[in-house]
Amino acid sequence: MKKKSLDELHAIRKNKKSEIDLRTGKKGYRVVVGMATCGIAAGARPVMQTLIEEIEANHLTDVTLAQTGCIGVCRLEPLVEVYDPEGKKVTYVHMNPEKAKKLVKEHLMGNKVVAEYTMEIIDGKVIDPVIK
Amino acid sequence: MAFYRSQVLLCGGTGCTSSGSTKLTEILKDELVKHDLENEIEVVVTGCFGLCELGPVVIIYPEGTFYSRVKESDIKELVEEHLIKGRPVERLVYSEGKGDEKTLSLNELGFYKKQRRIVLENCGVINPEDIDEYLAFDGYMALEKVLKTMQPQEVIDTVKASGLRGRGGGGFPTGLKWQFTHNATCEDGVKYVVCNADEGDPGAFMDRSVLEGDPHKIIESMTIAGYAVGAHKGYVYVRAEYPIAVQRLGIAINQARNYGLIGENIFDSGFDFDLEIRLGAGAFVCGEETALMHSIEGKRGEPRPRPPFPANRGLFDRPTCENNVETFANIPTIIRKGADWFASVGTEKSKGTKVFALGGKINNTGLLEIPMGTTLREIVYEIGGGIPNGKKFKAAQTGGPSGGCIPESMLDLEIDYDNLTAVGAMMGSGGLIVMDEDNCMVDVARFFLDFTQDESCGKCPPCRIGTKRMLEILERICDGKGEEGDIERLEELAHSIKESALCGLGKTAPNPVLSTIKYFRDEYEAHIKEKRCPAGVCKHLLQYHINPDTCKGCGICARKCPADAISGEKKKPYVIDTEKCIKCGACIEACPFGVITRG
Repeated sequence: MKKKSLDELHAIRKNKKSEIDLRTGKKGYRVVVGMATCGIAAGARPVMQTLIEEIEANHLTDVTLAQTGCIGVCRLEPLVEVYDPEGKKVTYVHMNPEKAKKLVKEHLMGNKVVAEYTMEIIDGKVIDPVIK
Repeated sequence: MAFYRSQVLLCGGTGCTSSGSTKLTEILKDELVKHDLENEIEVVVTGCFGLCELGPVVIIYPEGTFYSRVKESDIKELVEEHLIKGRPVERLVYSEGKGDEKTLSLNELGFYKKQRRIVLENCGVINPEDIDEYLAFDGYMALEKVLKTMQPQEVIDTVKASGLRGRGGGGFPTGLKWQFTHNATCEDGVKYVVCNADEGDPGAFMDRSVLEGDPHKIIESMTIAGYAVGAHKGYVYVRAEYPIAVQRLGIAINQARNYGLIGENIFDSGFDFDLEIRLGAGAFVCGEETALMHSIEGKRGEPRPRPPFPANRGLFDRPTCENNVETFANIPTIIRKGADWFASVGTEKSKGTKVFALGGKINNTGLLEIPMGTTLREIVYEIGGGIPNGKKFKAAQTGGPSGGCIPESMLDLEIDYDNLTAVGAMMGSGGLIVMDEDNCMVDVARFFLDFTQDESCGKCPPCRIGTKRMLEILERICDGKGEEGDIERLEELAHSIKESALCGLGKTAPNPVLSTIKYFRDEYEAHIKEKRCPAGVCKHLLQYHINPDTCKGCGICARKCPADAISGEKKKPYVIDTEKCIKCGACIEACPFGVITRG
């Protein structure tokens, strides 16, 4: 192998660092996908798959992607929750791969909540966004 | 660049490897493939996390969930529950003590809270077989800084100012050692850097863990040392009994060479440096610097008188800078963060941290790194988690066969080089063995002397003959044949060996005896005068006795006794014939009423 130049070494360091940040904590969004039995049955796996692909394709090295158990509103699965660095969260319901792509583009990259995929609460009842 | 949503870290240190982590890794990879997760979840084999007692250890990120004692049959559940559904497998999560809440994250463990990791910063964090990971954790930045912006003398001045002292045992200031080697001259101008990885103290594995968990740190550090002292060739002398360390170091050296981090004209600075591994064949004395150098030269591993010191005439009669693994492991951080930063950690005369291998009667057997000045009490009770089975602390032994015992009255001693020497123990390379009320101090002294006697190279008479005579006296005492004046004879022999032995092995061999006599003289006296072993360890001094008042006369003990030493009539107290008794203890175990005692 050819000897690496200093610049090349710096590049390796930078790239690998962002990859490893998983172990040291990141500063950006934290995306959590509900992956309990209900989530998986409702199609959470393709959503997770899409999120991984999109995050990787767009080099969103600051984003943490994690899975979680049942959140309790199984009928709204697949659920995806996005935490901002301050810990505030937005819950997206009835997700699918197409919606996941839009979530990445608008929310994670554009810092804009995709309101149409969130829940709406009227008189204390969660209104299903699909029927809405 | 690949994006993984989760990383599973498995410990590949010697401790966890022997409890089966290699097989776990294979099974985990198979399971991931089965669930089509291999592109989502990365498996990373790392160096020692330090909690060897709980191995094999598995950590899952980004949550940082800490699983202990993971078995092959657990992997399927880990994958299906944690990795697919995101539910930590509670029963495998490590909990501190009974009834405690399970601890989900590594940093919450009491074991890690009091620690300060400088030497071990990357151990258990990076994959030691991937140079890119080391680079990502600021690896080789110190080397770049040194070669690009510093003169050799500046490097030496930085190491001096940091206050770093040799971690192999003696505690000699590292900067001074480098200065002497830098100043030394020889006809052809050749000098060497040697890393001493011949870790031989029973129970010590600090250096092994660094080499296994972070081998690039040693390569970077030795290259820096080479630049500072003017050497172009380095040797790592490592025991052949450390196969994983040897393998990972070999991989690391090849990677560094491929990247041009060692070899010719490093970073276009004009500086050349290369490294070679030499294997030791397991002689304890080869950890002594002059014996080690003889061994590298292919000669018999025997020490020689000093001076001349290796800094002036060392390997192949050339000026040689020889340091221990842990000493080297401090260098890159000192260069990167500065001497003042390093000097701010620790006590006035002992700077930085020290790695200890904690063992013996302690709950958290493992590897820990503490700032100098931490008390023994904090190590034993907070980091070590106390003594198992509610037993009472008796003493801690530091420095292995060269060190001494610290009694309970000194639990609040702040650990640093000078305090330990002052109480008759020593820092040594970092073995720390905890003993409880069931340990006999005479037997402990006998054990260590047996070791040094066995490992004595035989070159100088004080060590060869003197330790043999001491061992004979100790064995006599343990056998119940001790005589008046034995303690004084031991002390006299010890002092003359300390003064006249050729090398460190002999000079320090009497230390375990002297320090146990100093703090536990009453135990020696009980052995000699009363022919009694207070801790109940020395077999020849034990007497078994049936309490005639409480014995129910069931006769079970007589039936279990393999030597037919117990006799009696049913419903009447039984009696042990101490002449026939072989002190096996079968009767104590058999007695349903607990009326048989040993003492």
